[in-house]
Amino acid sequence: MKMLKNSSRATLLATGLAAAMGATAMPASAAEMVVMAVPTFLTGAGAPAFGVPARNGAEVIIEAINKGTLPAPYDKSGKGLAGRQIKAVIYDESGGGVKQVAEFRNKVQKQGVDLFVGYISSGTCAAITPVAEELKMLTIFPICGTPRIFEEINKTPKYVFRTMGHATADGVAEALYVKANMPDVKGYTGINQNYAWGQDSWRDFDLAMKQLMPSVPVSDKTQWPKIFSGQYGAEISALMLSKEPLVHSSLWGGDLEAFIFQGSARGLFRKKQLLFSVADTSVYRLGKKAPAGAILGARGPYGIFAANIDTPLNNWFRKVYQDRYSVPPVGGSYQAAQGVLAAKFAYDKAAAANGGKFPSKDQVIAALEGSTFQGIAAPVHMNRSNGHQAATKHMIGVLEWDKEAGGPIMTKVTEFGPDCVMPPPGVNGTEWLKGGMKGAKC
Amino acid sequence: MQELIVILVDGLVFSSYLFMVSVGLTVIFGVMKILNVTHGAFYAFGAYMSATLIGAYYNTDLPEFGGFLAIFAAAIIVGVFFGIVLERGLLRFLYHRDEHIIVLATFAMFLVLEDVLLMIWGTDPYYAYEPMALLGAVDIVELTFDVYSLTLIGLAVIVALGLWLGLTKTKWGKLLLAVIFDREISQAMGINVTVVFTVTFVVGSIMGALGGAYIAPTISVSPGIGVEVIILSFAVVVIGGMGSIPGAIIGALLVGISRAAAVHKFPEIELFVIYAIMALVLAIRPEGLFAPAQARKI
Repeated sequence: MKMLKNSSRATLLATGLAAAMGATAMPASAAEMVVMAVPTFLTGAGAPAFGVPARNGAEVIIEAINKGTLPAPYDKSGKGLAGRQIKAVIYDESGGGVKQVAEFRNKVQKQGVDLFVGYISSGTCAAITPVAEELKMLTIFPICGTPRIFEEINKTPKYVFRTMGHATADGVAEALYVKANMPDVKGYTGINQNYAWGQDSWRDFDLAMKQLMPSVPVSDKTQWPKIFSGQYGAEISALMLSKEPLVHSSLWGGDLEAFIFQGSARGLFRKKQLLFSVADTSVYRLGKKAPAGAILGARGPYGIFAANIDTPLNNWFRKVYQDRYSVPPVGGSYQAAQGVLAAKFAYDKAAAANGGKFPSKDQVIAALEGSTFQGIAAPVHMNRSNGHQAATKHMIGVLEWDKEAGGPIMTKVTEFGPDCVMPPPGVNGTEWLKGGMKGAKC
Repeated sequence: MQELIVILVDGLVFSSYLFMVSVGLTVIFGVMKILNVTHGAFYAFGAYMSATLIGAYYNTDLPEFGGFLAIFAAAIIVGVFFGIVLERGLLRFLYHRDEHIIVLATFAMFLVLEDVLLMIWGTDPYYAYEPMALLGAVDIVELTFDVYSLTLIGLAVIVALGLWLGLTKTKWGKLLLAVIFDREISQAMGINVTVVFTVTFVVGSIMGALGGAYIAPTISVSPGIGVEVIILSFAVVVIGGMGSIPGAIIGALLVGISRAAAVHKFPEIELFVIYAIMALVLAIRPEGLFAPAQARKI
């Protein structure tokens, strides 16, 4: 018994020592790596459409950065971020803003994270922005769409960046597309989820339409289903009874797919012209069930819109992604990958300016601020909100089924330059729309 | 007139959906006095199992209409399995504990089952639209409705009638009513309350799973679908009265038709309507419309 006790004590002591040694050893090895937190939806309703594709896209790029196998224009930039390997900490964004803020603090203060590249939900980004600034933590939002991040929540960001355009660009590009392709449209209505994203999307599209096509009437019965409601019978009836032929929708994920199933069964897409802001996330999964003839966007050259962009980086990304996950990359995959590329660009540029030495956080921030870097399929201009908000080209087109290729394709695609669809630097998006989109270079 | 009829049809379809997703919750509460949060997981598992079986069925050369059997098979498999495992494996150890503890236990099980669901089916959505496509569409007052959604009304009527007949015309139903009325006296009179509880929980679980299984062909079966259902189900049973099947019917009709009217006439208050009705009912009749007043035992 005594021996057993002694043995147990010895085991405990050894375990304690090993743990202590491990704990002291960790910072030394961590110091040679860049710890990148990648929060994304791994569970819940946001996972299939955005979260998991975003994780996959980030994984592909991080792995290539660490191995130094990125194609041009990153083929001569060496391995890692400024020579250091990325240690990715991928974790779940589910649970709401309060939980994510607590997790953010935990990752910064206890787990030694060097930067964040992630967050999908506009709500989470809104909650994280002030905390990231408070904790002086370099944070790159690759996806969340609300314009409020830098227009209301923090107008003078230092540590927070967003590497894609926001919802205002969607609304403007969609309205421009409608004006060019449906000049005689007799009216428009909408179905958007009743929360920040849905409301912002409709507001910006509606404001842009009022500027570009002021004589076209808007319905006074636009639909506002609850997010994740999944049942749209009454809404589809109301849309079919409405006299407006054009229906705008920013539905996404499971809600979008349920709406498409239920709408298709009732002939909605034969009777109305649908315009979907972010339906690219579902077109590959839905296959032939995706509504051919619908107008689609993806807030930039992402997903199906990048299918025919012939650059070494894009071709490589699509192939590696397809081979690895057996599906083509969608918008979220591109956008998350683009966020990681922003970090790669900024660390390498800062190191070069620092005489080849590993840069400080402030040097990395200075390198990214106001810069232009190559995204997966197009250049990304960090030239809004003091150099912290990206502007990219935008693409809108019509979805069709390619019988020969046996897959969905985009047709009648129109490209819009970043300075055409994004408000000019320093200008609030809503005010810009209300003021007639002055300074837009289309 | 057209709009009025459309509101009625839309309202009845949505009411049927609400009844189907909430009846299992109210059956379990009525007999066992358990607010079963795991109900949302039964719904989700029913939907996933249904999508899986429907997908497997339509990969065979069997007759197309046989795919509907997959829906009911999914509900029975999920309901019986989880009903027995949860009731025998967890809840029976908690019956003597405070009701709040049981609610927390079922909530914990809901979270566990959500993760189990992800482990089995992953995060990719599943589609099972074949039954809906098979039934086609029909025009009512010059507006096209899909027949599958309309059959939901028939299913809800059959379930409601079945439960009513089962409760009032069968020996098991009378035993259940006795237990609902007074659990202790029923036990003293020789009723095997343990068996009644197990059977009730299994029936309630099958009902929850059937809701998900039948809805599966109309939606994208994806993670998180169980959460929304719990909220809606609670609203319906609170309005109708916890544990009352007629209450669930009336609650579902009230919410369904009011919501449809809001969608057509004042869409911006659609979200508000459900909870406004709940708040109004709770303000006037806190126990719900159909729950009998509880006599206090001394």
